[in-house]
Amino acid sequence: MSLLERLFANVWFTAAVKVVAAFALLLVAVILLVWIERKIVADMQNRIGPNRAGPWGMLQTVADGLKLLFKESVVPRKVELGIYLAAPIAAMVPAFLIFMVIPIGRPFTIGETAVTLQVTDLNIALLFVLAMSSLAVYAVVLAGWASGSKYPLLGGVRATAQMISYEAAMGLALVPVVLLASAQSAGDVGLGTMSLSRIVELQQGSFRWMIPGWFVFWLAPSFVLYFIAAVAETNRAPFDLVEAESELVGGYHTEYSGFRFALFYLAEYLNMFNVSALAVTLFFGGWLGPDFGLPPWIAWVMPLFWFFLKTFLLVFLFIWLRATLPRLRYDQLMDLGWKRLIPLALVWLMLFALVTAFRTWGAPWTEALG
Amino acid sequence: MTVNQFLILGALLFSLGVYGVLVRRNAVAVLLSIELMLAAVNINLVAFGSLLGDTLHTGHIFALFVITVAAAEVGIGLAIVILIFRNRSSANVDELDLMKW
Amino acid sequence: MVELVLFIIFGLAALFGAVTTVWARNPVYSALGLMLTLFSVAVFYVSNGAQFVAAVQVIVYAGAVMTLFLFVIMLVGVDRAEDRRENLPVQRPLALGLLVLFGAGVLVAGRFAWVTGAEGGRGAEGTVEALGSELFRRWVLPFELTALLLIIAAAGTVALGLFRRGEAEGGDEGEAGEGEEAP
Repeated sequence: MSLLERLFANVWFTAAVKVVAAFALLLVAVILLVWIERKIVADMQNRIGPNRAGPWGMLQTVADGLKLLFKESVVPRKVELGIYLAAPIAAMVPAFLIFMVIPIGRPFTIGETAVTLQVTDLNIALLFVLAMSSLAVYAVVLAGWASGSKYPLLGGVRATAQMISYEAAMGLALVPVVLLASAQSAGDVGLGTMSLSRIVELQQGSFRWMIPGWFVFWLAPSFVLYFIAAVAETNRAPFDLVEAESELVGGYHTEYSGFRFALFYLAEYLNMFNVSALAVTLFFGGWLGPDFGLPPWIAWVMPLFWFFLKTFLLVFLFIWLRATLPRLRYDQLMDLGWKRLIPLALVWLMLFALVTAFRTWGAPWTEALG
Repeated sequence: MTVNQFLILGALLFSLGVYGVLVRRNAVAVLLSIELMLAAVNINLVAFGSLLGDTLHTGHIFALFVITVAAAEVGIGLAIVILIFRNRSSANVDELDLMKW
Repeated sequence: MVELVLFIIFGLAALFGAVTTVWARNPVYSALGLMLTLFSVAVFYVSNGAQFVAAVQVIVYAGAVMTLFLFVIMLVGVDRAEDRRENLPVQRPLALGLLVLFGAGVLVAGRFAWVTGAEGGRGAEGTVEALGSELFRRWVLPFELTALLLIIAAAGTVALGLFRRGEAEGGDEGEAGEGEEAP
């Protein structure tokens, strides 16, 4: 038994390694994400974008981060100090916690211990994700309130209503996933799962012919609804009323500067990455993908590659939306949430539940007729 | 596995909730105290549920119903608070001594 | 042992949150105190094997209910300190007396063994599957009734939000109020 095997046989060591790895991975991904967004938006607006720091300006984010780190952190006089200082941290924590339950690659074995590429595999992971993403709003609200200034407060008030509305739509959009997972897992409803790693496994196989068995082919409406709600949940354009710079200066983070501002900035991108990763896991087969018969010592890279490729493609969709659509007005936002998304999600859920029931037990009239 | 500590904690939380309902003048704070009481009740329900090892999960399910009712109550309660505030520019329950305005 | 340590830590947190809820002058701190209490209570749920209830607690309470509270606190601007004068002079001594009585009652009651019946041990884990199958079989009628209750509450909230003085009831032009909430 080699040293590595013995180390990974220890639960605590494995957990520590996973947490550190996930943390580092997420940070690197986000740093890349910021650069990618700036480059793509620049391209779409016919500019060059960051191009000085590093090759193609790739180190721009790092430079910005360093700059913010060394800047003076101005604390306005009228803030509620405790909450003001805690809010940026409250923005980061749920973002990291969500990533902890998302599987990013195929489990592999070191010696005799199986190591999953996922920090923890909760059996209520989906609920956990919803709970954590509903906590993300507090950072915004509390930052807005604690700043003791009117624009942040307006941003915070907007955030509360927006989050409640779209949280409901997002939850409803995800229910069919659980339904489908239970239908796929045994052909018998009632043996479902909310574990994300299990949901990924259920997407193996094929939908029809060559098409992979990703849930999106059954649940395209769910994905669209989820994605719209996710854009709103992460406060990205065109739903970025919380920080609408043309109306609210900077929204909830107007009074933040230096490193604390950087934390908010980072949290926004972390959330964007997380909701994309979750969408990939639930709808696009997670880390599943062809590995082209590579030799085993390198084959473990392919799931990671597929996972990040899919995630970044979805992130590209976010960026595309941002560069394309103008910001909604507040009442339009509420209309879209309550009068469009939630009813649509409900109708789709009912339809899908009916179809699933038919597929599982047959039509109700068959028994009576025959 | 004993249940007493949960019962004591539940009793303490419930009493604090009652205190809040009686003492606070701000309508929103009164509603918050009611939530506290409901949470205290839920502790008891869940603790008894797991103590008895109930295969019907009565305790857990009742806790779920309590949470649902609490959510409905908060929705209505806060709507009333907003309405009162719109009419009276105050959410102080001591000033709400008129049946008709 | 671990459970005891957990209980002490989160019990103290829950009590601290509850005291903050009833004592903080500023409703925002009250709401945050309640948040703390609800989280600690969710931890107790998990330690009692009620994972699903814990998840629901965090999603519904922390996600929707407390956000709604904060929204209303900020919207109606009641985040000012309230005064604490006591209007009824006998109330405080009376309350103290009642507290002593209550404490005595608890002490007396604590001497009896109230909880009877076989201990089920850790058999009844409140997983999603277990709760779901009970909820949709045995408890389906109460479940539907709560759904009805929620719909009525949502409709009532919207109606209250739309209500304007001087208009006929049910006048529904204009924007809907923000109080809508249906977790």
